[in-house]
Amino acid sequence: MKPMPRHLSEAALVALLAGLLTVPILGIQIQVEGINVSLEGEPWPVVLAMVAVFVARLLQVPLKAISSLVHITHRLSLPTHLPKAYFLGLLALAIIAAAIWPFTASRGSVDIATLALIYVMLGLGLNVVVGFAGLLDLGYVAFYAVGAYGYALLSMHFGLSFWECLPLCVIMAAMTGCLLGFPVLRLRGDYLAIVTLGFGEIIRLLLNNLDELTGGPDGIGNIPKPTLFGLEFARRPSIEGGTTFHEFFGLDYSGADTVIFLYLVALVMTLFILYVINRLIRMPVGRAWEALREDEIACRSLGLNPTTIKLSAFGFGASTAGFAGAFFAARQGFINPESFTFIESAIVLAIVVLGGMGSQIGVILAAIALTALPEMARQFAEYRMLIFGLVLVLMMIWRPQGLLPATRPRLELPVREEGSS
Amino acid sequence: MSELASRTISTPAVVNRPLLQVWELSMRFGGLLAVDKVTFEVRPRQIFAVIGPNGAGKTTVFNCIGGFYRPTSGSVLLDGHSIQGQPSHRIARLGLVRTFQNVRLFKNMTVVENLLISQHTQLETGFLQGLFKTPKYRRAETKALERAAFWLEKVNLLPVANREAGNLAYGQQRRLEIARCMITQPKLLMLDEPAAGLNPQETRDLDRLINELRAEHNVAVLLIEHDMSLVMGISDQILVMEYGRPIATGVPEQIRTDPRVIKAYLGEE
Amino acid sequence: MLEFSQQIINGLTLGSIYALIAIGYTMVYGIIGMINFAHGEIYMISAYIGLITITALTVQFGVENVPLILLFTLAVSILITSAYGWTIERVAYRPLRGSPRLIPLISAIGMSIFLQNYVQIGQGARDLSMQPLISGGWRFGPEDGFQVYLSYMQVLIAVVTVLFMTALTLFIARSRLGRACRACSQDLTMTNLLGIDTNRVISLTFVLGAALAAVAGVLISLYIGKINPFIGFEAGIKAFTAAVLGGIGSIPGAMLGGVILGLAESFASAYLLTEYKDVVAFSLLVLVLLFRPTGLLGKPEIEKV
Repeated sequence: MKPMPRHLSEAALVALLAGLLTVPILGIQIQVEGINVSLEGEPWPVVLAMVAVFVARLLQVPLKAISSLVHITHRLSLPTHLPKAYFLGLLALAIIAAAIWPFTASRGSVDIATLALIYVMLGLGLNVVVGFAGLLDLGYVAFYAVGAYGYALLSMHFGLSFWECLPLCVIMAAMTGCLLGFPVLRLRGDYLAIVTLGFGEIIRLLLNNLDELTGGPDGIGNIPKPTLFGLEFARRPSIEGGTTFHEFFGLDYSGADTVIFLYLVALVMTLFILYVINRLIRMPVGRAWEALREDEIACRSLGLNPTTIKLSAFGFGASTAGFAGAFFAARQGFINPESFTFIESAIVLAIVVLGGMGSQIGVILAAIALTALPEMARQFAEYRMLIFGLVLVLMMIWRPQGLLPATRPRLELPVREEGSS
Repeated sequence: MSELASRTISTPAVVNRPLLQVWELSMRFGGLLAVDKVTFEVRPRQIFAVIGPNGAGKTTVFNCIGGFYRPTSGSVLLDGHSIQGQPSHRIARLGLVRTFQNVRLFKNMTVVENLLISQHTQLETGFLQGLFKTPKYRRAETKALERAAFWLEKVNLLPVANREAGNLAYGQQRRLEIARCMITQPKLLMLDEPAAGLNPQETRDLDRLINELRAEHNVAVLLIEHDMSLVMGISDQILVMEYGRPIATGVPEQIRTDPRVIKAYLGEE
Repeated sequence: MLEFSQQIINGLTLGSIYALIAIGYTMVYGIIGMINFAHGEIYMISAYIGLITITALTVQFGVENVPLILLFTLAVSILITSAYGWTIERVAYRPLRGSPRLIPLISAIGMSIFLQNYVQIGQGARDLSMQPLISGGWRFGPEDGFQVYLSYMQVLIAVVTVLFMTALTLFIARSRLGRACRACSQDLTMTNLLGIDTNRVISLTFVLGAALAAVAGVLISLYIGKINPFIGFEAGIKAFTAAVLGGIGSIPGAMLGGVILGLAESFASAYLLTEYKDVVAFSLLVLVLLFRPTGLLGKPEIEKV
């Protein structure tokens, strides 16, 4: 066992480095009281960090072996070609379960699930842009904001209902996407990422500063909730002569109805997006997205216009965000620019990355995991963004193949395969 | 110049007017003049070869014609219309498509999908039709598949239609790339070293295929090639380049005996 | 005219800070072609380290010699911040060498988010402010009219920036390692084949970039006197804008870009609205990338077909 001491000394060195790095940030705290500034030592976080790094370093080799094992099982356990009927049956079961579940669950968890569904929608939309078309959009939240503010303003100024606004918000977001996308989509990937980030920040700053239009940092309140064919979910109708849901059906008023209704609306919207995306990736445009990721020059040589193809993905992603944004505004009843910071874009990106770029089931699971878990385990809420950041780094190291072209269903030519080769 | 210009302007209706006219094309990269005043024309259904030692600027000529580079000076006309300066995808839609020296297939997509991609510009189905799978959409997809099958048959790739393109043998990849071009129904097919890496049998098949494409699909072929027996056997016209400059043009017989060409290939004797 | 000169002074001060950070972006980009998104956080961390060191010296140990405090703080901050730069490269970027551009970029974004929240957990999210270490300055102009104010701190920032820039320029131009750096930015693979340990050069680039960001962080905590875990994000994007403006990959370009951006912002907040100074900076970023992605001093890239 000769190499052990070397491992040990290396791990010790790394632990020392961790100590050096963490002492000033975790080990010493600045205390400010009035104008008096003082320092306070906190040794435990540093010791913890050093031990953790020491152990992690020692375990690096065995961990690597395990992770490669995980890779293999991962590949084995996911059959790519489920028989179609079997798959549809499973899907129907999942939908029915998702629709019945809120009636059995607590109001709080239904509310969290609704939030998770918003992130599922955002994730699915960004997944088209990043996962299928290979365009890194760091300003995705801008289109989310367009949808949310679009609905809030339209309902405030023109008295339009949620269902009337929804298509308008989608169109507005798509138009914003195309407007921003058209000049920038010819840029190289990493520049595109930074430019979209810049756009996102510009839109947020405008929301903050155009006080007359957007209410500035105070935002917009009293945004109406969606109705069920004109039936409101409220104790009393907001308009004279209106009917509420519980009056119409002769039920007692219950706040839980609203929560369940919002969840079901989100569920239907999510299923709609899922359907559209699953059609798109089977259509010529979906093929073109993949081809463009693989070889833009070859695409151009065959007459495909890269800009319009990228624009279609970018615009579609934007419209999905607008769709989700309108619902977000309706659910919250109140919006302000704080909900549309870069961090929000980063969360959605983390969902897409963790979902394995291109895999829609992955995105759905990741969205649920990354939004519902921190909500349920409140004590970890402080560490939520820390973990998101870590997820991005680790996924890039362990599963960078997530960035390879997404698995898109293939159109097959019914031919006899050549014998084995 | 006057000769070329007057022909296109005064007699546009001449049956055998040139398909592609390249006039005094030059391309400069910084201090390097990679292509220096190259002039030639390709007629409909002609097989035209560009040959020359490595680094003579042949592929750069292709890139300029196809719109991948913006030529420093000179003009390129397709069917009498200027195409130079236009984006490559628009030039491709005008009927000028190419293959690449080091094969650019969509390697992770299947063979048949490679052929569906290149029909992208011909598939006239709207977004909503695709969304709701209308009969019209289904018909268009079926037709695209049939056309793909036709070309796979033609280049003898039907049995591997659903394989990933990257897994094909090298010769098969070259044939797929040609099929992918032909399915766009081009007027002019530009092949950049199509025989590179092929064995003698495959080269003979390629020779036959190119002739067939011309005979049955009315396509003109502009090719860069090093395989002299292929070039001499197949070409109607040959242009020889050296150091970016054209040094000779003519039918194979002339080229074979041209002293400048012999010097360029064999060096000073 | 006087107000104009005041904006020049403010702009140059801000520009020096941006330029110091921008060099880290430009050097890393020049050598491995990645946008080190977490670079802004390095600067933020160094501001915290600076604040802690100064507090330790003045409050805990009662040191009163200002130049000594300054030198010691710079030294500590550079040392620890460089260690951060080195570690980040080793942990988050080196395993990704050779993968498509977007992969290290996403990793860098993750690193940035991680560091922001790590500092937030350690030090809290609130603004920390400190007493100015160096106060006072010169006033020019009429007694009763608009006076131009040039603080000692602004002069210090300019002097320190010029000193470090000169040192860096000399290092890159004269030293063996500097030559290796330049070789790597020309052709990384070729340099590697010539027997130069390119990994070491890349590490060095991160360390140098972090060191300059550390200087910027210490200076800003002395100048503005107010820091929080989120200052790195904004400063990072702005410094990146400066790097792109000057021509990413070019060190003189980063200096030039920093100064231009600083001036643009200071004029925007003086003559437009303060709230729109960030809009101006971001718009500048978008416009430069769209219309002149090679920046003012950068070299064009030729797409290979």
